[in-house]
Amino acid sequence: MTLVDGAIVVLRVVVPALILPALVIPLVWVERRVAAFIQDRPGPNRVGPFGLLQSPADIIKLFTKEDVVPAATDKFLFLLAPSLAVFAALSTFAVVPYGPTIRVAGKVIPMVGADVSVGLLYVFAITSLSVYAIVLAGWSSNDKFSLLGGIRSSAQIISYELAMTTAAAGVVLAAGSFRLTDIVAMQEGTFRLLPVVPRWNFFPQVIGFIVFFVSAFAETNRLPFDLPEAEAELVAGYHTEYSAMRFGSYFLAEYINVIVASAMTATLYFGGWSLPGFHPEGWLGGLLGLLIFAAKTAFFVLVFIWVRWTLPRFRYDQLMRLGWKTLLPLSLANLLWVALLAIWRTSR
Amino acid sequence: MPETFFPILVLLGVAAIMAATILFLNAVLGPKLRTRKKLETYESGVPLLDASRKRVSIQFFVIAMVFILFDVEIAFVYPWALVFKAAGWPLLLEMFVFLAILIVGYAYIWKKGAFDW
Repeated sequence: MTLVDGAIVVLRVVVPALILPALVIPLVWVERRVAAFIQDRPGPNRVGPFGLLQSPADIIKLFTKEDVVPAATDKFLFLLAPSLAVFAALSTFAVVPYGPTIRVAGKVIPMVGADVSVGLLYVFAITSLSVYAIVLAGWSSNDKFSLLGGIRSSAQIISYELAMTTAAAGVVLAAGSFRLTDIVAMQEGTFRLLPVVPRWNFFPQVIGFIVFFVSAFAETNRLPFDLPEAEAELVAGYHTEYSAMRFGSYFLAEYINVIVASAMTATLYFGGWSLPGFHPEGWLGGLLGLLIFAAKTAFFVLVFIWVRWTLPRFRYDQLMRLGWKTLLPLSLANLLWVALLAIWRTSR
Repeated sequence: MPETFFPILVLLGVAAIMAATILFLNAVLGPKLRTRKKLETYESGVPLLDASRKRVSIQFFVIAMVFILFDVEIAFVYPWALVFKAAGWPLLLEMFVFLAILIVGYAYIWKKGAFDW
């Protein structure tokens, strides 16, 4: 392997990891403007054109504020928890294919960080780490609001993780692979019986998609499932005691998680970067694939924001009831349905 | 095959460095004006009322136990889903047996009210 090849291998995975946190800056602006639009008010519009510089200004402010560590906290865990949140959020994207395999100057470059055979398992393993970030924050703060937020979060995330992973097992069954590039490849083209419909997993597995997407809201602690921070009851939940960039780390991690969850939804159920009739050629094809992937991801990010400003927060008993009594049986039913479908397909 | 995991290793390093850099920059750039009042535990503006580490609802413990049960179930389901297309009907019947046993336990937990708060 030459030096150039090595550099490409590293850049393929590092560049997205640098772009993701940078995307959070416009995303926060989009969220605030969309919120304002939904609530019929102007939103941030004073700092720079259309308020575009509001987010950079907020970042500068967060960086130059005092990093207060309350006396009663467990100092080490209090520091570790926000770092873990950012670490987990940045690491997840490594295996998600963000574009087709392109050939430039005789080199074959697959547009994916690391095309590993256990891609989907890696995603679930790393996203599970983010529960530690919240539980450790709740525990180390030594504050009752934080503790309650942390405990609520742990129960919520593990409950919805079950439904989410069982729903995703349907996709694994259909593709016969954990590899995310295989999952995208099986969704290329259209259905044989209905040649106008793209072969996205969304169509045969609409129940699985609903379970997966609803669980994604719980996993990222977004409304209507933001019980861990529930500002009306718990002040700010698990990050009550956090200030400056330690708080900012959670903020950053939450938005990166929203982008990654949207990217995963697009990859598992909506064909990732592929479109029927789209056959990427050269670097232009690569760019187009990247744009298609970005458009699908952006759509789900907008749905995340839209839902946040549309639905009220769930009560905790409602949250648990939905997770255990509705989503879990639905995800199992989806799995059996996909299994029957696979038998029908192979028997023809 | 292990070399396909090399980029992930690089990324884990980059992610750790970025997470640390964020907090380091903040520690350098922010002011350090510690006062005793500022370092107190938050209690909506009044002096601290009681201890923070008290007993929590037993329901959280029940959920954690049930989670382990179902997590093991998923550990079985994933390899099953991976090889399913190669075998078809026999595997489906095996999964029905496995799920039937699981669902008996699930119904019992449901009946006992583990999911009711």
